[in-house]
Amino acid sequence: MNELLAEFLRSFTATNDWAAIAPEIMLAVLALGLLGAEMVLPRSQQVLIPRLAIWGQVIVLVVTLARSAYYTVEGQTFFSGMIAQTDVTQIMRVFFLVSSILVCYLGKIYLSKQKLPRTEFFHLVIIIAAAMMLLVQSANFVMLFVALEAVTIAFYVLVAYCRTSSLSLEAGLKYLILGALSSSILLFGIVLLYGVAGNPELSFSSADSLNFEALQTFIGIHQDNLLVRIGAILVVAGICFKIGAVPFQIWVPDVYQGAPTPVTAYLAIASKAAGFIVLLQLLTGPFIGLASFMIPVLSLIAAATILFGNFAAVRQRNVKRLMGLSGVAHAGYLLVGVIAALSIPEAKYAVIFYLVTYLLASFAVFAVMSHMAGSDDANQELEDYENLARKRPFLSGVLAVGLGSLAGIPPLGGFIGKLFIFIAAYKAGLYELLAISVLGVVISIYYYFGWVRTVYFSDSKDGAAETAGSLRSCDRVVLGALVFATVLVGIFPGVLPIIR
Amino acid sequence: MIPLDTSSLCLLAAILTPLSAGLFLLFGARFSQSSLRAVSVIGFATPLIIALALYCQFEPSLVGGYNFELRLATGLEAVGIYLHLGLNGISMPLFMLAGVVGFAAGMYAMFSKAERPHLYLALLLFMLGGLMGTFASIDIFFFYFFHEFALIPTFIMIGVWGGAGKRGAAIEMTIYLTLGALLSLIGLIALYVQSGADSFSLITLREYLVAQPIAETVQNNIFALLLFGFGILVSLFPFHSWAPKGYATAPTGAAMLHAGVLKKFGLYGLLQIAAPLLPAGATHWFPWIVWLALGNIIIIGLITMAQKDVKMMLGYSSVMHMGYAFLGIATFSVVGVGGALLMMIAHGLSVALLFMLSTCIYHRSQTFDMSSMGGLATKAPVLAAFFVAGTMASIGLPGFGNFWGEFTIFAALAETEATRWIVAPAALGIIISAIYGLRAVANIFFGKPTEAFADRLNGDEIVDLKIHERFPALVLIVALIVVGIYPRLFSDAANDELSLISSYSNKSTLPIIEVNAALPRPVEAHKEVTH
Repeated sequence: MNELLAEFLRSFTATNDWAAIAPEIMLAVLALGLLGAEMVLPRSQQVLIPRLAIWGQVIVLVVTLARSAYYTVEGQTFFSGMIAQTDVTQIMRVFFLVSSILVCYLGKIYLSKQKLPRTEFFHLVIIIAAAMMLLVQSANFVMLFVALEAVTIAFYVLVAYCRTSSLSLEAGLKYLILGALSSSILLFGIVLLYGVAGNPELSFSSADSLNFEALQTFIGIHQDNLLVRIGAILVVAGICFKIGAVPFQIWVPDVYQGAPTPVTAYLAIASKAAGFIVLLQLLTGPFIGLASFMIPVLSLIAAATILFGNFAAVRQRNVKRLMGLSGVAHAGYLLVGVIAALSIPEAKYAVIFYLVTYLLASFAVFAVMSHMAGSDDANQELEDYENLARKRPFLSGVLAVGLGSLAGIPPLGGFIGKLFIFIAAYKAGLYELLAISVLGVVISIYYYFGWVRTVYFSDSKDGAAETAGSLRSCDRVVLGALVFATVLVGIFPGVLPIIR
Repeated sequence: MIPLDTSSLCLLAAILTPLSAGLFLLFGARFSQSSLRAVSVIGFATPLIIALALYCQFEPSLVGGYNFELRLATGLEAVGIYLHLGLNGISMPLFMLAGVVGFAAGMYAMFSKAERPHLYLALLLFMLGGLMGTFASIDIFFFYFFHEFALIPTFIMIGVWGGAGKRGAAIEMTIYLTLGALLSLIGLIALYVQSGADSFSLITLREYLVAQPIAETVQNNIFALLLFGFGILVSLFPFHSWAPKGYATAPTGAAMLHAGVLKKFGLYGLLQIAAPLLPAGATHWFPWIVWLALGNIIIIGLITMAQKDVKMMLGYSSVMHMGYAFLGIATFSVVGVGGALLMMIAHGLSVALLFMLSTCIYHRSQTFDMSSMGGLATKAPVLAAFFVAGTMASIGLPGFGNFWGEFTIFAALAETEATRWIVAPAALGIIISAIYGLRAVANIFFGKPTEAFADRLNGDEIVDLKIHERFPALVLIVALIVVGIYPRLFSDAANDELSLISSYSNKSTLPIIEVNAALPRPVEAHKEVTH
């Protein structure tokens, strides 16, 4: 029976390119369906929309998992080279689906405390998920740019979603201006590459010069071409903006603080992960010929990112800014993994593993933050968490596990993630970056531990803010599952089918 | 494939029992007090019972191999990581030490009136489970993993139940120890990558490195990472400042387990992993170890003499005694390293005993300041007797294990021309520790009480050691005396193992000192070592 089904899927997929992106299509239909449902449903039934969004995505997740269980893809391309599917993209599609489900869950908590329209929020979150899934599968710069812009434009709206909050509007404006700037830098780089690789005067030029494979061949021959180098650097710079690497990190604290907490989580986790996977695929794909030129540039960026993120986070009292800046530091560790992947290919699995542990831990922290947030969730200070453990032991426990995993403490998942990055970095001979990462981790202990200390053993007699609503059993299930997964990945890393 | 047998499953049980007991205490608040108490007794006692049982079955003849091997996959086979457990001549004594100190600390903690007692006991049990795992691991990844696992409860316990100044002490200790742990982690990763073995198993690594040693400069770098990483964890001078403050504020159970056992992790790593696998690196860094260890002995010794707070004094003295262990390891001879091992065991027992007794003193005098006490022996003679015994052990009086440790380390140092000069400054340390040890005893128990303290002493509040305090103290002191009277219990197995290690090192450029055991050792019992 199973073989029959697998055979059917295989032949269906082989003859029909659209089947390859079925999950994305399902998500788009779901997103449109939500808008339709808002018009159709009476006002009293509108509460169904968040549920519909979440459960709809769970179904898509099940379908995606079932499909990948039935057949594995090995570098197939679809739509005449627009989309390429590898084992990495299959993992990342699940990654984005899980994160968008969790963001919808956080959004449900957030919107229950606000007087804001609901449906559009879920609509945009799902659109972003579909676009990110296409983004990591793109094998052509046109596809990449269109998918990236779909993600970014939806984020412009989401960041400024809380239109009554000046901080949210400010964040939206900053993100819009800097995001548009980075998109234009990226586009400029793409155009340069298009022009130079499509020049028939040069050997190995291609009519389809935005295709990754054609570019890889071309760049391999013309490594020293100035325009190629400028184009590649501009493309990498555009993506570095999305992942918040120094010197393109300046928007991070303000936008993370102003954006609604679920959107912050989405930016910090899924958007960053998408940026890293694209960077990984570009650097090990079309730009592989430029590796000797890229490694020093990226090493400098990674070192600066780790140091900036950690030092800036030490003095933060606002927890959303703290998460933003510590996220910058995590981007630095991930960059170390990406650089390692240029010389040892298996390092890309270390990056993905790190991203998964980062997803689990960060969502645990952001979920607690969403519960703790009052009606104005931009102003969450460390003081609001004083002695939280006495009143809310469960929330405190979840927060402690999440922060512990982010700090890389065994037996939590974050430790294994860091271990793989370190092994990869050592194998690739990146000793200086390894030393800087160690320094960064030690500094990060200070602020993560400081937060845990505020929660568990604060000297002051003040209590935690009374803003956290009571938890329902489904909240406990979601939070408990995140904690369980974080611990399980730390103790039995084989549970993730990434390191083989 | 390694066949499963009861003994190796027992090894696993020694780790899992305290962990599951801890989880039960954490989540089993609805069960009755007596059942919780029973569970914690099981959690604390099982490792000790298993350690004793395994000791009886231990076969030192399996030289180089491990007893009770067990290998489980945890999904990291691709990088060569397995949960690989087993005991050899070096880890067996430390495994036993963890069992004994864990049991004593647990028994003491169960009757101490800590706030939120179940959480306290649960953390102590997690720590114990981590410790048993550390010393039972053949896989160096899990060796590190279990150590970190045991370290986290220490931080939490200091933060929650610590005394004055806990905030600063907890964060300083956390940052220092994280740095040390990360440096040693990088060192272990370097060892793993450079050996080319694609395995974290100590056995495989050893096979690879004996067949093909790493280039000398690389060895030097890796050894530096391990030396300073482990060194920070063992409070090697000048990276020691976390230790006295941390111990002074730590609650008793945590201080006993950390100073007594967990701290030995770094030394264990040096003598089980770093020195045998990187002999050239060890030779290169030899002068550094000697000078820093002398810094531990003399400079910290002098600082110890200046302490007024009894817990600070104990903290500094434990830093100081680590210097001897470093010197022992630095000789790279069978006798010296064996001495360091004995020193670690005896020191672990005596420092745990003293930390426990200092809390008992505090409960009676309400102060840690030695200069404001006096004459406590009249009211609490048993406490005084235990404390004197502990202090004597720590000074190195014959009859206690510490004596054999220091004696054999000195013997090893005196054996060659190059290291003979160290004996004199190191012996100075014995005098220093006698001065502060005896002065502490005199100030607290004998001597004339200060006026403020005399009133308290004449009241009815001060009673002698109660039964729940006597029992753990007795366990520790009996273990100390057993090691003191019959050190061969541990040294035989360790000796065989160490001879084997030094025979590996002989193949390299290391100037190894072959000395026959300086320990009392009848001829007929001497086994020929089969290589």
